[in-house]
Amino acid sequence: MARAMPTQRRVAYTALAWIIALLIFFPILWTILTSFKTEAVAIADPPVFLNFEWTLENYRIVQERSDYMRYLWNSIAIALGSTALGLIIAVPAAWSMAFVPGKRTKDILLWMLSTKMLPAVGVLYPIRLILIELGLLDTKFALIFILTLINLPIIVWMLYTYFREIPGEILEAARMDGAGLRAEILYVLTPMAIPGIASTVLLNIILAWNEAFWTLTLTTVNAAPLTAFIASYSSPEGLFYAKLSAASTMAIAPILIMGWFSQKQLVRGLTFGAVK
Amino acid sequence: MATQHSRSAARIMMAPAVFLLLVWMLVPLCMTLWFSLLDYRPMRGTFDCCEGFANYVRFATSSAFQDAILTTLIMVGGILLITVIGGIFLALLLDQPIWGQGVVRILVIAPFFVMPTVAALVWKNMFMNPVNGLLAHLWEFFGAAPVSWLTEAPLFSIIVIVAWMWLPFATLILLTAIQSLDSEQLEAAEMDGAGPLSRFGYIILPHMARAITVVILIQTIFLLSIFAEIFVTTGGGFGTRTLTYLVYQRVIESQNVGLGSAGGILAVILANFIAIFLMRIVGKNLDK
Amino acid sequence: MGRITLDKVRKAFGEVEVIPPLDLTIEDGEFVVFVGPSGCGKSTLLRLIAGLEDVSGGQIRIDGQDATGVPPARRGLAMVFQSYALYPHMSVRKNIAFPLRMAGLDAAEQTRRVEGAAEVLNLTDYLDRRPGQLSGGQRQRVAIGRAIVREPSAFLFDEPLSNLDAALRVGMRLEISELHERLKTTMIYVTHDQVEAMTMADKIVVLRAGNIEQVGSPLDLYHTPRNVFVAGFIGSPKMNLLTGPEADKRGAVTVGIRPEHIAVSADAGTWTGRVGVSEHLGSDTFFHVHLEGRSEPLTVRAGGEVSLHHGDTIHLTPDEDRMHRFDAEGLRIA
Repeated sequence: MARAMPTQRRVAYTALAWIIALLIFFPILWTILTSFKTEAVAIADPPVFLNFEWTLENYRIVQERSDYMRYLWNSIAIALGSTALGLIIAVPAAWSMAFVPGKRTKDILLWMLSTKMLPAVGVLYPIRLILIELGLLDTKFALIFILTLINLPIIVWMLYTYFREIPGEILEAARMDGAGLRAEILYVLTPMAIPGIASTVLLNIILAWNEAFWTLTLTTVNAAPLTAFIASYSSPEGLFYAKLSAASTMAIAPILIMGWFSQKQLVRGLTFGAVK
Repeated sequence: MATQHSRSAARIMMAPAVFLLLVWMLVPLCMTLWFSLLDYRPMRGTFDCCEGFANYVRFATSSAFQDAILTTLIMVGGILLITVIGGIFLALLLDQPIWGQGVVRILVIAPFFVMPTVAALVWKNMFMNPVNGLLAHLWEFFGAAPVSWLTEAPLFSIIVIVAWMWLPFATLILLTAIQSLDSEQLEAAEMDGAGPLSRFGYIILPHMARAITVVILIQTIFLLSIFAEIFVTTGGGFGTRTLTYLVYQRVIESQNVGLGSAGGILAVILANFIAIFLMRIVGKNLDK
Repeated sequence: MGRITLDKVRKAFGEVEVIPPLDLTIEDGEFVVFVGPSGCGKSTLLRLIAGLEDVSGGQIRIDGQDATGVPPARRGLAMVFQSYALYPHMSVRKNIAFPLRMAGLDAAEQTRRVEGAAEVLNLTDYLDRRPGQLSGGQRQRVAIGRAIVREPSAFLFDEPLSNLDAALRVGMRLEISELHERLKTTMIYVTHDQVEAMTMADKIVVLRAGNIEQVGSPLDLYHTPRNVFVAGFIGSPKMNLLTGPEADKRGAVTVGIRPEHIAVSADAGTWTGRVGVSEHLGSDTFFHVHLEGRSEPLTVRAGGEVSLHHGDTIHLTPDEDRMHRFDAEGLRIA
């Protein structure tokens, strides 16, 4: 509303909103703070909030043992790999559906979505079996492929909604100007769709990075990403709070930053255009 | 509208995505369907054909299944209740002209981006641990006996953890919905003499109805397959075994593939019921 | 060169035939306007010529060559779209240069042609802006610039002025006409506005429901409409069309008389009626006169100084030589 709100009420709302926001954010804040404490301070009673001696020791220890780097590398490879592969498959498909819609386009889109709703656990065993047979269990390749497939409907869908906002006349103009299909996609469509593609990429990296069903059930050692690494802190290492916090902070920091950038697009990506 | 040329190009460009998803969906699902009809226990080397529906009957009549269904319902229902009501409240609050709105928004959104295993472990160890957890310290501060959350109220604890992760999602979507409301509508209602409560009840809430439905449906689909949070906290013990987790245990832990597959198929059917409703809403939106 | 021939061209979307088989020849250098009410198939016809739609039957020839199956990029035509369809991520310069870049021209030649076009269209100062920073009229000029640089054999315009406000529209109309005078290139122009058609065209093609109703010069159409539809569509204000006794008397089913071909008198005339609404345009005044036994008022043009009041009784005399007569099929009786 255009009208100004009485200052008193605005102060009250602001205070309430900040209190709730800080409460919601507190577990993350606490984790980050704890990662800079020594183990003794981390379990101090009463808890220490800010007045402690900050140390990077935990980060160093976590890096040194348990091959943190390998897990990190696996996470990066899986997230980026599945996003790239998904994009390569999804861009042409979304282009087709947005600009050359046929009678069945809508059905195909909805069907693609429906595959996303298949409970993973229903197909867990066959997938494991197939991967064992192919010798691909616990490989990055298998995870990249599977995460591509589970996120493909979301990528196609997001790109489709972005492409649909590009007026068809502009593509026709390109065609009239002598552009072939390749030039049309390369010089006209892609530059116009870059913001949409960028947010699709961001959301997909987030989803792939945090995926915690297939990454936990299909990996053991070699291809295990950070989700599995953190899960290994389940016990008893989990009781070393400072190290758990350091590992956690490293696992969530890049995604938190990406997530903050993509919060607007998140709505579109996760509601399939049903909420605008 | 387009030419024949572009139409055939479109078909070719769509083919890889359609083909991959078709294979991805059909092959494993058919295998699960097939296994569900067998007595298939790889550890014992049993692979006997054609139990018929025996696995289904055994799975569906077991007390574990009934418990799992109940657990699933309570878990999903509880999380939905917290996130939807909390989400509406937060969305309304964040829609007000508060100072530092951008920062507040970022803080509220953050939990959604936290890796599920991290969220579960941080809550389990650093908050819900009965000795060193922050909640235990808080309880002691108020003179109460610390609670061992994950053994005394495990289902509730998991609901809190997952609701914490999904509250931002509901808030974000409902906030988007509120912000798309035409402010002239609210002004017209005000001119017509509607107070804040009736404006909420007659204008804002109906406007959000569809977004709320979408939030409920999408969350339900994701929540039905909660896995990591249970895996790292209780491991399915203490009455936190959902349908998903039960199937996982049957198939992977006890290696009774036939029985587990029957459960898997039941889970697929259950999810499809909800998916149909969601599809209908999304489909209607496509026509516009 | 830009002689375009349509030979039994037909278009159907599924079961619905939007354009029944149609023949039309557009001569090199002609300014042809397709005009008709919305949904008459004029835009579809243009898109068929452009190659943006496939024909369902028949043949399109450009300069004698069969172009029916040739993709739009290789027909050598340029098109200006209703929404201008500028590339929002490119500067004006890059927009105009795009067809040249696609044609693989070297950079120096591109620059030369872009700057030439910009000068002609008064865009020189805007070359480095993005389309989003331009006004409607400037965008329109960029779209035209993009069309002229590639020196096409014909220009296609799809309702190019309908997104502009009235004043700008008149200006752009003149600019396009001037452009045609200078370039002498074939232009095909689609509009639903018969004023645009009358003022710009060498040749007007009146379309209704996919059928060509009449082809001819603006004045041909104005003076000798081939049927009732064209008679009613061309001309503003509309021709008065009468049926019943007045038509019978003249041996026709429908007769038509333009507002300027009716003489007004205070004392005597063929018809008598009462003045209804009058529209003063300054140079002219149009009176709506209600005749006895007719529900539709007759539109009559009088000089700007003539002053009649609502309710006055006046007498009208049509110029019998300028009376248009139509038969039961609506066709003109010679």
